[in-house]
Amino acid sequence: MKYLDEYRDAPACQRYLAAIARITTRPWTIMEVCGGQTHAIVRFGLQELLPPHIELVHGPGCPVCVTPLEIIDKALALAARPEVIFCSFGDMLRVPGSRQDLQTVRGAGGDVRVVYSALDCLHIAREHPHKQIVFFAVGFETTAPGNALLVARAAREGLSNLSLLVSHVLVPPAIEAILSSPQNRVQAFLAAGHVCAVMGTAAYQPLAARYHAPLVVTGFEPLDILQGLYMCVRQLEQGRAEVENQYVRSVRAEGNPEAQALIASVFGVVTRQWRGMGEIPASGWGLSPAYRAFDAEHRFDLARVSAPEPAECISGQILQGQKKPAECPAFGLRCTPQHPLGATMVSAEGTCAAYYQYRNCESA
Amino acid sequence: MCLAIPGEVRAISGDTLLERTGSIAYGSIIKQASLAFVPEARVGDYVLVHAGVAISLIAQTEAQRIFDYLDRIDESAR
Repeated sequence: MKYLDEYRDAPACQRYLAAIARITTRPWTIMEVCGGQTHAIVRFGLQELLPPHIELVHGPGCPVCVTPLEIIDKALALAARPEVIFCSFGDMLRVPGSRQDLQTVRGAGGDVRVVYSALDCLHIAREHPHKQIVFFAVGFETTAPGNALLVARAAREGLSNLSLLVSHVLVPPAIEAILSSPQNRVQAFLAAGHVCAVMGTAAYQPLAARYHAPLVVTGFEPLDILQGLYMCVRQLEQGRAEVENQYVRSVRAEGNPEAQALIASVFGVVTRQWRGMGEIPASGWGLSPAYRAFDAEHRFDLARVSAPEPAECISGQILQGQKKPAECPAFGLRCTPQHPLGATMVSAEGTCAAYYQYRNCESA
Repeated sequence: MCLAIPGEVRAISGDTLLERTGSIAYGSIIKQASLAFVPEARVGDYVLVHAGVAISLIAQTEAQRIFDYLDRIDESAR
C-alpha cells in the first residue's frame, strides 16, 4: 500500500542502522512513547539491530493500559444494565477490572458492541431510541477528534439516548511525569506521531528545554522509527535538546486546527488517574460543562469502586521505562495474554503483550 | 490504539462540514471515514485515518524526505 510499504524497505533500514552505529559513541537510553511504536519495534526486532549501547525503553502511550481500574469497573457496571447498549473499541473488551472484563459481561447477557469508529454510535442510537447508548471514550489526543465529533453531531441531531464514559489522557503531562521522576533514566523521546498530527508540536518545546531532553516526533513504520532514533542520537551526541519532526508527511507544527477547535469546545482539561502511574495533574480531558448532558457518569448513578491492583504486577514501572517484562516473576507464567494480571499484557500495544507475542520468555 | 492508516480519497459526500465523509481506499478495501477535520482534502488525496476519522492530509511533497535525508547523511559520511 502507498505510504506504507516504502517505509518498510529493508536496504534503507540497513543504511539507517549503519548511520546510527556511525554516530553513536556512548550509551543512550531512548523511550518511544506510543504503544503503536512499541509494537513495531518489537515486531520488527529493531532493538536487536541497533548498536548494543542504544537501549529502547517503552513508554506509557497505550490508553488501554493506563485506563484506571475504577473507570473499567464503571464500564462493567454500565454494560451490565439491561437498558444500556455499551459500545467500545475492541481492545478494551479484555481489560481486567477488579472482578471481570467486558467480554465476561457480554457472555452473561450484557449488550456490549465493538465499534470501528465512535461515529458508529450515531447509527446505533438512531436505531434504538428506547435504549441508552454508552460509548467508552478512552484514548490519547489521536482519538479525541472522533469522540468530539460524536458529541457534536449527537448534540446537533438532538440524540438524547447517547452518552460517553470518558477517560481521555494526554501525552505531554505523562512525559513530564517520567522526566521529573527521581528514578528517570530516559535521555530522549520518540514522540507519538499521530498525537502530534492532531495537536502539533508546541507543547513539547518547554519539556525539551526544561529537562534538556531531545524529542523527535516520529512515525510508526520501521524506517520512521530508525530515522527518529538517528535524529535523537544525533542530538544527544551533539548535546542538543530540541523538538524535531521526523514524521513530516503527516505532522504539521501547528497540528490539525479544525480538530483542535472542536476538541476545545467539547472537552476540558482534568486531572486523571493513570493505571500504574497514579494521579497526574491536568493530564486528561473530560466533557466540558456545555456538554455535561452527554456524560455517562453524570447521567447514571455509578457507585465508586476502588480495588487494588494485583500486587505481583509491575506494569507501573514498565509504563515508566524503569523495568522490562523479563524482570517480572509472573511474565509468561502467571501472566499471559490469555490470563493477564495487569493491563500491559492485555492490549496488543502493551509492552508485555508485545514481548510475549514476538519473543520467547528467555530473551524478553 | 493510536494506529492510523493512509488511504486514498475516492469520493466525498455530506452536506455540512461535520458530516463530510469520504470513501477511502486502503489498497483494495474501501471504507467510509469522516473528512470533517481535513476540509482541504480532495478526491485523489491521501489522508491518515484513525478509527474512521481522517486526522491529517498526507503531504505528498514531504513523503520522499526520509529517503533524501538518508542520502544526505550517507553522502556526508563518505
